[in-house]
Amino acid sequence: MKNFGYSIIKQRTIDYDQFDGRLLNEILEMESSFKVCLSCGGCTATCSAGDLVSFNVRRMNLLLRRGETMELESEIKKCMLCGKCMLVCPRGINLRNVIMLIKKSILKYKLSG
Amino acid sequence: MKHIVIIGGGIAGIEAACALTDAGHWVTVIEKNEQLGGKLNNWSYLFPDFTPTEKITGALQEKCREKDFSILSKTEVSTIQRKNGKFSIKTSGERHLEADALVVATGYEIFDARRKEEYGYKIYDHVITSADLEQLLLPGGDLTVAAENNPKRIAFVHCVGSRDEKTGNHYCSKVCCITGVKQAIELKKRLPEAEIYCFYMDLRMYGKHFEELYREAQEKYDIQFIRGRLSEASEKIDKSLLIKSEDTLSGRPLKMNVDLLVLLVGMEAGKGTTAAAATCGIGCEESGFLKTTDSFLKSNFSEQEGIFLAGSCTAPMTINDTISHARSAAMEVDNWLKKK
Amino acid sequence: MKREGKMQVWKDYQKEIADDHYFYVRSCIRQNFFPGAEQTFLKILRAELGKDIYENPHHTSCSGIAYHADVVPFDTIQTIAARQFALMTEAGYQNFAVSCITSFGIYSEIIETWKEYPSELEKIRNYLKRATGREFEVPQNVAHASDIVYKFREEIADKKKFPLINQQTGQPLKIVEHIGCHYSKMFPAKGVGGAEFPNVLVGMIESWGGEVVDYPERRHCCGFGFRQYLVMSNRGYSVSNSRKKFESMEPYKPDAILCNCPGCPMFMDRWQYVIEEMEGKTYGENGQGIPVLTYEELAGLVLGYDPWDLGLQMHQTNCEPLLDKMGITYDPDLKYAGKDGKLIGKPTMVGCGC
Repeated sequence: MKNFGYSIIKQRTIDYDQFDGRLLNEILEMESSFKVCLSCGGCTATCSAGDLVSFNVRRMNLLLRRGETMELESEIKKCMLCGKCMLVCPRGINLRNVIMLIKKSILKYKLSG
Repeated sequence: MKHIVIIGGGIAGIEAACALTDAGHWVTVIEKNEQLGGKLNNWSYLFPDFTPTEKITGALQEKCREKDFSILSKTEVSTIQRKNGKFSIKTSGERHLEADALVVATGYEIFDARRKEEYGYKIYDHVITSADLEQLLLPGGDLTVAAENNPKRIAFVHCVGSRDEKTGNHYCSKVCCITGVKQAIELKKRLPEAEIYCFYMDLRMYGKHFEELYREAQEKYDIQFIRGRLSEASEKIDKSLLIKSEDTLSGRPLKMNVDLLVLLVGMEAGKGTTAAAATCGIGCEESGFLKTTDSFLKSNFSEQEGIFLAGSCTAPMTINDTISHARSAAMEVDNWLKKK
Repeated sequence: MKREGKMQVWKDYQKEIADDHYFYVRSCIRQNFFPGAEQTFLKILRAELGKDIYENPHHTSCSGIAYHADVVPFDTIQTIAARQFALMTEAGYQNFAVSCITSFGIYSEIIETWKEYPSELEKIRNYLKRATGREFEVPQNVAHASDIVYKFREEIADKKKFPLINQQTGQPLKIVEHIGCHYSKMFPAKGVGGAEFPNVLVGMIESWGGEVVDYPERRHCCGFGFRQYLVMSNRGYSVSNSRKKFESMEPYKPDAILCNCPGCPMFMDRWQYVIEEMEGKTYGENGQGIPVLTYEELAGLVLGYDPWDLGLQMHQTNCEPLLDKMGITYDPDLKYAGKDGKLIGKPTMVGCGC
């Protein structure tokens, strides 16, 4: 292959048709409170870990819904499971359970990076 | 007995006519169509509680039968002149009326989605508007017209013709967010296998039970809400649609293939209201809707004494708001006539 | 796809295109990229359509590339445009015919500016007078050369020797069209058919017997840009954008790509070769590329002009698959022969199924 001094760039666009929805469906089934997230960010504002490292609880919902499993796997490792997010959530989502379920499901479906 | 002429026989016109008849006045409603009821006649179910529309239209018709007021259907106003403290009105069909007061209740028009060329309405096979969808949801309506073979994925686009400088409409049409939620649920009930997405900029769930319905859409019907405005839709080789938006919450562009695209079209003042402004000599806002002299205390007063405003000719309104606004217009007319 | 819907859009965007007596301004880069195209345009107008079209050797670059690369300020480019208008005025013409899409955008932008801000026009009149002693009239009509070919597409069709029909199958050739961004994306009303469903090239293809295929990324930029290709390390942006279009049009199996811009055919032609070299991927049939043509070249083929006179040997993606489908006979040995019959030199880097 020739080198012309530049390269073809991979698209950044989220291609919604190209993701494995098994993880998402399992989490929504096991913890249906997760369906009603408003993306308000209250969880992220209060997060013990998010103040120290780049961890964003709100984005978990998006990563899951856009099939970004690899990133999700490394993200949830940062959670300290303190549960403050659950105190804040205006829609009563059991976020700690969501994190635990993501961990389990990644193992179950062997989606680990 | 005082005579009041109401221009427009939609919800606002009928409601004002009934209230003014009750107050002991002689009322004439001028309606351009054959049937009273306006746009409501083409709607199936109403937000936020899925009341069948015929329940409301039926009640309005019942009222019309009970109350003794005149209706001039298939009639339009040609000219209005003031003579000795009265209004002299000429209509199509060379009719001539004299009135002590006027109520303008000319309503709105649905945004013509063809103006958002990038969404391909009337060009791509599977792009419809929320107004089209209402018709398809009516008894006897056929959903397969819009999307054959059970669509697997359906997307709604919020704010089509609203909050959009490109269409000249800076304002929010107020009813589309909740209409989108209602229609998404209605479609999910009929097509349980379909995935349904709403692309929104903001969700404006301001009314009674609106937020609750939004939550129900997420919780019970698995409707997914993606924050971002569609940049374009394109038809693919299999007639499905490729849509593009930013997923603004994750900050990345997103593309998705859908089998049916529903455009939540907004409200515009429309030709009827623009014509009424000209014949009545009253002003319009920049939005094209009619100007009220005070938005708090005189929301039924036009710039001309004796000409009152009712309903969505003044701004986008829900049915509830329209009914309340029409009733308050009737009260203002009655008070004004008493003082005169 | 509903044709009635598109026809409504086309009706909404019709522009006035002068009938005759054009002052022609050439493109800087097209004469290098597709050297036969402009000559063919002049030949068609004069010899086939009997029109009066005049060009003046004192005409210069519009400096659009430098303007878009932030080297030339707006005052300067306005004065340069004013000078071209002065040449037109001095020659007694009022209809400005522009070969280049960038220039067409520039002239449109400047004339619109003068309409909105008459003080700018007065300022530029003053600048030009002081710098050159010239005076000018604003053109009565500004048309892109593709508008003019669109206007006379039926007259060209009447004289056609090779319609856009696949002679092997009898079916219309499937052609994707691509307008330059500055043709109507800046001012939709200045393009035939507007920006979303432009009709200028569609009209030619259909009148000459072909069929247009609309593919999802048809509106996407070819990737040419200005900042993208000027700097080598930025060319990844350019090739990646073209690639996005090729990927999107591939399922429709188009027989050719038709363009009306200097940059689009250049890059859609050259990048097919580059992508083949970088990824081993080609987008046409049998490992070949999709031929990319300018509208003048396509008109020339339809009228039966010799492909090598049209300059098709200067394309990097070979045009022979299209010529074969149209039933055009050509001598492969003369491909790289000059007008005097001597070899002009064969390129070392030719791609896409060569």
